[in-house]
Amino acid sequence: MGLKTPLHSRHESLGARMVDFGGWDMPVHYGSQIEEHHAVRRDAGMFDVSHMCVIDLRGARVRPFLRKLLANDAAKLTAPGKALYTCMLLESAGVIDDLIVYAMDDSWFRMVVNAGTRDKDLAWITRHAGEFGVEVRERKDLAIIAVQGPNAREKAASLLPEDRREAALAQDSFFGAVVPGTRFGEVFVARTGYTGEDGWEVVMPATQAVEFWNALMAAGVAPCGLGARDTLRLEAGMNLYGSDMDESKHPLESGLGWTIAWQPADRDFIGRKALEAIKAAGSPRKFVGLLLEDRGVLRSHQRVVGNAGDGETTSGTFSPTLERSIGLARVPAETRERVQVEIRGKLLDARVVKPPFVRNGRPLVA
Amino acid sequence: MSNVPADLKYTKSHEWVRSLPNGNVEVGITDHAQHALGDLVFVEVPEKGRKMSAREACAVVESVKAASDVYAPIAGEVLEGNAALGTTPELINSEPYAGGWMMRLKPSNPKEVAGLMDAAAYSRFLESEA
Repeated sequence: MGLKTPLHSRHESLGARMVDFGGWDMPVHYGSQIEEHHAVRRDAGMFDVSHMCVIDLRGARVRPFLRKLLANDAAKLTAPGKALYTCMLLESAGVIDDLIVYAMDDSWFRMVVNAGTRDKDLAWITRHAGEFGVEVRERKDLAIIAVQGPNAREKAASLLPEDRREAALAQDSFFGAVVPGTRFGEVFVARTGYTGEDGWEVVMPATQAVEFWNALMAAGVAPCGLGARDTLRLEAGMNLYGSDMDESKHPLESGLGWTIAWQPADRDFIGRKALEAIKAAGSPRKFVGLLLEDRGVLRSHQRVVGNAGDGETTSGTFSPTLERSIGLARVPAETRERVQVEIRGKLLDARVVKPPFVRNGRPLVA
Repeated sequence: MSNVPADLKYTKSHEWVRSLPNGNVEVGITDHAQHALGDLVFVEVPEKGRKMSAREACAVVESVKAASDVYAPIAGEVLEGNAALGTTPELINSEPYAGGWMMRLKPSNPKEVAGLMDAAAYSRFLESEA
């Protein structure tokens, strides 16, 4: 038996097909993964992401701690509620995890890390927090529901007290705020997500998760499983930890160079030295998007044959929006536009493109 | 509950077999299988004329999630693959026992069909697997 989120029995009562996901018993779909995908691209869908791990970090020196711990720079989090996507690296520059960190206030930051990396993340964070006097607290008492899609915020806002809605809807992208006094208790509403659509991720008391979920359903938000979450994130060109990168891969060969804050040059974050050496030498491999031109479906660990040698797909799926197969791959740096992917012994034509494939409901590749 | 038509034969790998009046058979995957796989997006059926032995992997169905092999229920020669699945693989989801048929075979040994599970046996098999 896997771990269960507070919504587990609700998923079962909705007829979800449950699968193991990193030790958690999670819904993969509630009937049709493709319809759930389209619900998010065209209207509003919701995901139980309570398996993800919320970690609160408190202390007077929490910011200097994060500037050391994370490859992106917590100094960018100047305004309260601001969120930052970042990698947490080993000294070798291998990726321990990718995560979002929110500045709650000057001495309180909140991280949301992957479910499958929870144990090692907590151990790593705790190991380095000591010298900064930062308290590390996992919030098992919280649940998270991601509400995503062009109409997601509007529908979800109807669950908030009337006098709080306007401010919540006015919140900028990549910002979050605590909303007290809702009928679900105090909730944290952040305009972030993993689908390439507008929306919120709402953190609430675990005891309120079922009520919140039911209220969203009543507001016209479609339950969506992790299957649709994967096709949505792939269309959005977003990495999946453990598939697209892990501790044996560095950000510069994982399409995550944009998350590295090189300036100021004297900020000594963990992994910086190794990463600078890689950057100076030039990464021999790059991370690209693939569009399959022949019929078939890209999956992870397929061989990519190109002009500069072989590479490998790290993720692949059928894109419901583009109605063709897309993938992410790590290939030699000199690889040009035309490649072939080996699927069941056959070499199929594919084209190298720059992700994302789809954003805000619109295809970006053709 | 999955739909298990009484007039078909079944395998443990979730293929169904329909005996046609001319002695040939039609093969597809069961309602249980299509439901477990989820939305199908790509299907590869075998070429006409291919000879295969029983339990040989002979076709591929890909859902949004994953690729799965389909196995030959009996030995035989492929008379026809269902070309419609090339453009509308979702037929397997919507009508697994009708428009979603995958191939027609000429059995090497017509008696082999009788050795497959009948609907009652397949239903019990599904219950034992659940």
